Amino acid sequence: MANLRVNGQERAYDGDPLMPLMWYLRDELGLTGTKFGCGVGLCGACTVHVNGEAVRSCMVQMSETAGKTVTTIEGLHPRNEHPVQVAWRDNGVPQCGYCQTGQIMQAAALLAKKPAPSDAEIVEAMSGNLCRCGCYQRIHTAVRAAAKGA
Amino acid sequence: MTELNTHTRIAITNVSRRGLLKGVIATGGLVLSAQFPAARGAMANTPYPTGAAGMPNGVVSDPKLFVSIASDGTVSIVAARAEMGTGAARTALPMIVADELDADWARVRVVQSPGDEKTYGNQDTDGSRSVRHWIQPMRQCGAAARAMLEAAAAKKWGVDASEVQAQLHEVVHKPTGRKLGYGELAADAAAEPVPAADKIKLKDPSAFRYIGKGTVRISDIVDITTGKAVYGQDVMLPGMKFAVVARPPVVGGKVASLDSSAAMKVPGVEKIMTLPGTPAPYKFGQLGGVAVVARSTWAALQGRDALKITWDDGPNKVYDSKAYKAQLEASVKKAGKVERNEGDVDKALASAAKVVTAEYYAPHIAHATMEPPAATARMSGGKWEVWAPVQSPGQARDDIAKAVGVKPEEMVLHTTLLGGGFGRKSKCDFAIEAALISKDLGGTPVKVVWTREDDLRHGFYHTVTAERFEAGLDAGNKVVAWRHRSAAPTILSTFEPDPKHPFDIELGMGWVDTPFNVPNIRQESGEAQSHVRIGWFRSVNNVAHAWSIQSFIAELAHELKRDPKDFLLEMIGPARIVDPRKSVTTPWWNYGEPFESYPIDTGRLRKVAELAAERAGWGKQLPKGQGLGIAAHRSFVSYIATVVHVEVSDKGAISIPRVDTAIDCGYCVHPERVRSQIEGAAVMGLTLAKHGEISFKNGAVEQSNFSDYPLVRIDEAPRETHTHIVEHGINVPASGVGEPGVPPFAPALCNAIFAATGKRLRRLPIGDQLA
Repeated sequence: MANLRVNGQERAYDGDPLMPLMWYLRDELGLTGTKFGCGVGLCGACTVHVNGEAVRSCMVQMSETAGKTVTTIEGLHPRNEHPVQVAWRDNGVPQCGYCQTGQIMQAAALLAKKPAPSDAEIVEAMSGNLCRCGCYQRIHTAVRAAAKGA
Repeated sequence: MTELNTHTRIAITNVSRRGLLKGVIATGGLVLSAQFPAARGAMANTPYPTGAAGMPNGVVSDPKLFVSIASDGTVSIVAARAEMGTGAARTALPMIVADELDADWARVRVVQSPGDEKTYGNQDTDGSRSVRHWIQPMRQCGAAARAMLEAAAAKKWGVDASEVQAQLHEVVHKPTGRKLGYGELAADAAAEPVPAADKIKLKDPSAFRYIGKGTVRISDIVDITTGKAVYGQDVMLPGMKFAVVARPPVVGGKVASLDSSAAMKVPGVEKIMTLPGTPAPYKFGQLGGVAVVARSTWAALQGRDALKITWDDGPNKVYDSKAYKAQLEASVKKAGKVERNEGDVDKALASAAKVVTAEYYAPHIAHATMEPPAATARMSGGKWEVWAPVQSPGQARDDIAKAVGVKPEEMVLHTTLLGGGFGRKSKCDFAIEAALISKDLGGTPVKVVWTREDDLRHGFYHTVTAERFEAGLDAGNKVVAWRHRSAAPTILSTFEPDPKHPFDIELGMGWVDTPFNVPNIRQESGEAQSHVRIGWFRSVNNVAHAWSIQSFIAELAHELKRDPKDFLLEMIGPARIVDPRKSVTTPWWNYGEPFESYPIDTGRLRKVAELAAERAGWGKQLPKGQGLGIAAHRSFVSYIATVVHVEVSDKGAISIPRVDTAIDCGYCVHPERVRSQIEGAAVMGLTLAKHGEISFKNGAVEQSNFSDYPLVRIDEAPRETHTHIVEHGINVPASGVGEPGVPPFAPALCNAIFAATGKRLRRLPIGDQLA
């Protein structure tokens, strides 16, 4: 039995303790903004915040979430206007969009820690998130824009 | 010239969902006539023929099908094609309708149609065709709807139609300034007849609000950035089960024995079933195997891990990429099937002062869409519903219906967003699996989830290829002979008994259409047997053709001590129209387009090469270890050139400070999305050049996930990609954008690496060849 908070709501979980948080969020809570991309922590599509840290939710077992606070893209901002979300829109970042929620969660965690990251810090922080459409140039621009607005 | 009304030859179902009339609100007073734009329907809008009418089920432009207006003025525009990220289906095409309709984009809603080509026309979102084939019918559609609103307003006011004009979601009576909103006119407008195609007045391009501006954001931008966007993997239905499939590791393999006892003990696993495979030719059929149905994806995955299966691999077990590479290379050393012949290459090579030869090899690659395939199906009361991220929703519906043994009309296919397509999701095998499993469960809703491993190991692979060139030079160092042999298993082998040689579509992709100014040219194809499902990958055979041809051009330039850009322009020759039709042995395929609208114009190819070079600062002095490389290639009837600036470290690490790509895609409908496509193509081009390789051993794919099939990440991506769009008026036919950015990247990169290091790369991926 694990009790966790997801987007501000208390949740009780008593299923398989080995189940990755990603499948719990997607299949049980219907929070499908957290995407399945690789299942082994290599693409970042499933990035969420656990106690404020950006993590790959496919690599976190439910047994590790007891007492933790989880934020998904659906809970990032009450009006969906987090500076990173706004910057993503203003800079026309997405193509297919599938990886972008993970990218946004990663960028939001970076800016929460480092409100004015250097270009190298942006690249380093975002290098765990794959985008097959290849929107990296705009991702970089948008993170920088969000940092200015933060 | 073909009349545009041939585009409306498809029977139309008149589905009017227009809102109820709210009542006429009299307005008046202001005289706005001074603000009206110039007269519409000028010469700029001469229709031109495209290949659209030749596509299955053609195109449709009926406004009653695509446009509905609610009484509150909300304009709904149907997107009938699939949105996989180019922005064509759900942004550019509805935007074209909205512009001609003179609608306020802020009050437009985009509605996705089901898969149904009999109603909506061709839905096959592939071949960089969406804007190319639909700009004209979508303009007709919007303009017809605008005319119907204007006619309704004129009737209401009892004035002549010439006195009214639609203007940003209102119709205005010019002499009096009276206005009626689109919502107020909707019901009456719906009752108006759709004007005949030759009576429709298109806007003069100077009056466009959105077309050509690049100011409209993609329709799903808010949903994408809030997690609300629904892709195939995200479909959730009440009572839905989750399934994964253990597929035969070798294509054509079968289950020899199955022990599912341990798998059935996994909590949450409910059913295990054997799925039949598809006999060769596989087409888009399911691969077969063992399906595990469970209460969650996680339980299904655990169950699959616990299956004990022995496989009967079948004849494709012999496939070994190392041995096959040697076979292809041997194949191109021999005379092959002549595909195009001009002059006498044998004689010219024999009498040449010098012959330069080079061979290239590029492996299979996989699409690796960020969203692995997934689909959901259910049946209730004999009615089927399927939710799937498919590029060809109409064709997919027909194929899935056939697989479960019902008529297409008994199935509704809901097109979800596609988390990338690149050609993989043209193939609906994964959706057929979902329907077959649901059928076995008596119609219970079930989602089939593919993992990344499933995606990489059970794809439809980009072909593997060997390319061999011989160029004969005369005493004056002019290229007088060009023989290019290519051997690559053909896509056709997925659909028909393997012909072992390319078919017209593959031949036409940057090969027999090679536009060089050389008197003796011959292309020959070597025999290549297929052992896997060969599919199409963004820009298809253009990838290897452009890479090898444009690399060889740079090799010749080096041999002749010429500047690579100048030599490339010399090979392209003076501005002229090249017509390969007279020298090919198989009727030439021009991307399905009529030659009159889309000829091979070397002037346009020269122009993009010159533009990219100029913007990149071609000829500038660079520090040691850096270099510029150029490549120019026509594909999908567009012209593109790329200059890559590369920096290679002492240890062979590549970084790319800048890419300049010039694109001539005819009239450009959405420049901002074109830039986005070109930026993305540079990244995809870099991935395939640097990392991309799917290899086979004992008939099975050796790679498994992003660990051994890496994609370029932000830290290796080009730091800046600059897109330079050649501007044209609307009479220059719009051409492809989604794919053409990919082919010139790898050769431009390899040529830049040569300039930086003196090392010529004749095998992809680059991998550790520079280390």
